[in-house]
Amino acid sequence: MSGNLKIKITEVALRDGSHAIAHQFTVDQVTRVAKALDEAKMPYIEVAHGDGLAGSSLQYGLSRTYEMELIEAAVSVCQHTRVAVLLLPGIGTVNELKHAAGLGAKMARIATHVTEADVSAQHIAMSKELGLETVGFLMMSHMAPVEKLVEQAKLMESYGADIVYVVDSAGALLPHEVRERIRALRNTLTVEIGFHGHNNLSLAMANTLVAIEEGATRIDGSARCLGAGAGNTQTEVLVAVLDRLGIDTGIDLYKMMDVAEETVAPILHTPQEITRDSLVLGYAGVYSSFLLHAQRAAKRFGLDSRDILVELGKRKVVGGQEDMILDVAAEIAKKKTEAAG
Amino acid sequence: MAKVKAAILGSGNIGTDLMLKLLRSDVLELTCLIGIDPDSDGLRRAKEMGIETIDTGIEGFLHRPELADIVFDATSAKAHIRHAKKLKEAGKLVLDLTPAAVGALVVPPVNLHEHPEADNINLITCGGQATIPIVHAINRVCPVEYAEIVATISSRSAGPGTRANIDEFTQTTSRGIEKIGGAKKGKAIIILNPAEPPIIMRDTVHALVEEETMDVEVITRSIQEIVLEVQAYVPGYRLRTEPLFDGNKVTVFLEVEGAGDYLPKYSGNLDIMTAAAVKVAEECAKRQLAKVAGEIR
Repeated sequence: MSGNLKIKITEVALRDGSHAIAHQFTVDQVTRVAKALDEAKMPYIEVAHGDGLAGSSLQYGLSRTYEMELIEAAVSVCQHTRVAVLLLPGIGTVNELKHAAGLGAKMARIATHVTEADVSAQHIAMSKELGLETVGFLMMSHMAPVEKLVEQAKLMESYGADIVYVVDSAGALLPHEVRERIRALRNTLTVEIGFHGHNNLSLAMANTLVAIEEGATRIDGSARCLGAGAGNTQTEVLVAVLDRLGIDTGIDLYKMMDVAEETVAPILHTPQEITRDSLVLGYAGVYSSFLLHAQRAAKRFGLDSRDILVELGKRKVVGGQEDMILDVAAEIAKKKTEAAG
Repeated sequence: MAKVKAAILGSGNIGTDLMLKLLRSDVLELTCLIGIDPDSDGLRRAKEMGIETIDTGIEGFLHRPELADIVFDATSAKAHIRHAKKLKEAGKLVLDLTPAAVGALVVPPVNLHEHPEADNINLITCGGQATIPIVHAINRVCPVEYAEIVATISSRSAGPGTRANIDEFTQTTSRGIEKIGGAKKGKAIIILNPAEPPIIMRDTVHALVEEETMDVEVITRSIQEIVLEVQAYVPGYRLRTEPLFDGNKVTVFLEVEGAGDYLPKYSGNLDIMTAAAVKVAEECAKRQLAKVAGEIR
């Protein structure tokens, strides 16, 4: 049973991967991926718009399929696997959380920027009231010093979170930075600790292993790296590596490889690799879901997308501020025109 | 010139900023600041400025109801529910700055004159005050099928009330976008940004107009006109760039810099609320004064 496992993995391709395919998941795709993951004995899968429940918007991209239909589809084929949803206070509300719980979601991950944990109290409390396993998800963890992260994680613990995650949304953390963060949390929290990485600097696997060494017991991965930016820690590879390390994830390795190869890979518009743009996300410390938006803005204004991303990093833009991409692009374009004139 | 007497309920940041704005009004006379903490900065300042203070909350005021005809409620949504009932019984006109939204929703440049008989007026939210004028400006020339707003405020200017119940912001603002802005469907997103020095409040409006109705010039002009109207009471309200057009989508980038009365200039989100409340209250006061003058004649 997954209850005894030392490390519990959450497959996030059906949520984080939504960014990589511009939120175009269909019921058929989600059903097939969820069913195959269930057969592979994946403990948890997350299903939602990339920006969480109610994320479908002009700001982040409209969902092709209403996410509640996707959640319902995933729940309908999962015997073993528990379906998780993501909620960002400020975007989604407790109403969507109740709706998802009604459809059979068993876990809620409540995400805030690393310094803003106090906006999650209401949602964590409601999640617990609905009987859901509840995660506090501290995004853009690279943007705050360790002490601040600890303070915010303690807040989430105090609201009732069962697990608190260090989320490297920009794929910007280096292994020693992951080590000090997980270690500090392990020394102060009593709840479980999780780690969610992005592979923009090719460090997702290394960071994940460091996190596990320091005591993280909940780990996110995406099959074939189907996640924002260069994707997350590649789930099938992680399962193999942990197996070599003698850590049981409860997941069937061959079946996991098959899901990735046969069911997830065909969904990708292009294979996930570290392109210069995804590399710059990690380098400049920018939210991974900005990738496609920055490329579109670069095309529209005739700019290098890297210039836009670096400028966003300098301005300390946080997750969800996709509107800043067009704004900054328009500003850079205007400056260029003025300089040329 | 005769003035209408006004009181402020709530001696926190919003109440104190309101106090400074009301002292400049030609038609409103601030008679007292009501709080529950005699040591609060707001009540202390009021005393220093020679303004009467009540530190026993609404009950204290209800013992002396003759102090004001108009009451601004700058407490919390939860407290307002209770206050609204008592102030109604006392026959007061209430300007509600909490997101309780029990009264008529008002955004000055859109529907300032729509509720002359209302005894409780709600100012929606800061994001609503900043963006609903734009949704309305688009909708009055090209019907808006869908409008979505993103309000980004500095973490420092988001008070504990907003933080504890952020869903009230998104829900109340969405409702305002539809009911007052005129969009068939509305959506609101709020983002807190902790950058230091604090960022000035920014708002983005994305609107989809009915197919085949897009008129770039007419929409641009309509937006520019309404921006001038808002600027009349919030001078730091401005367009960051020209509106962007893409198919049937209009995107408008706004920035709201506060007047810096009591609150720092970056918290335009708080300033636009207090400024809008004063604007609405002044309108009501003018109406009352005109009525009285008419009766005398």
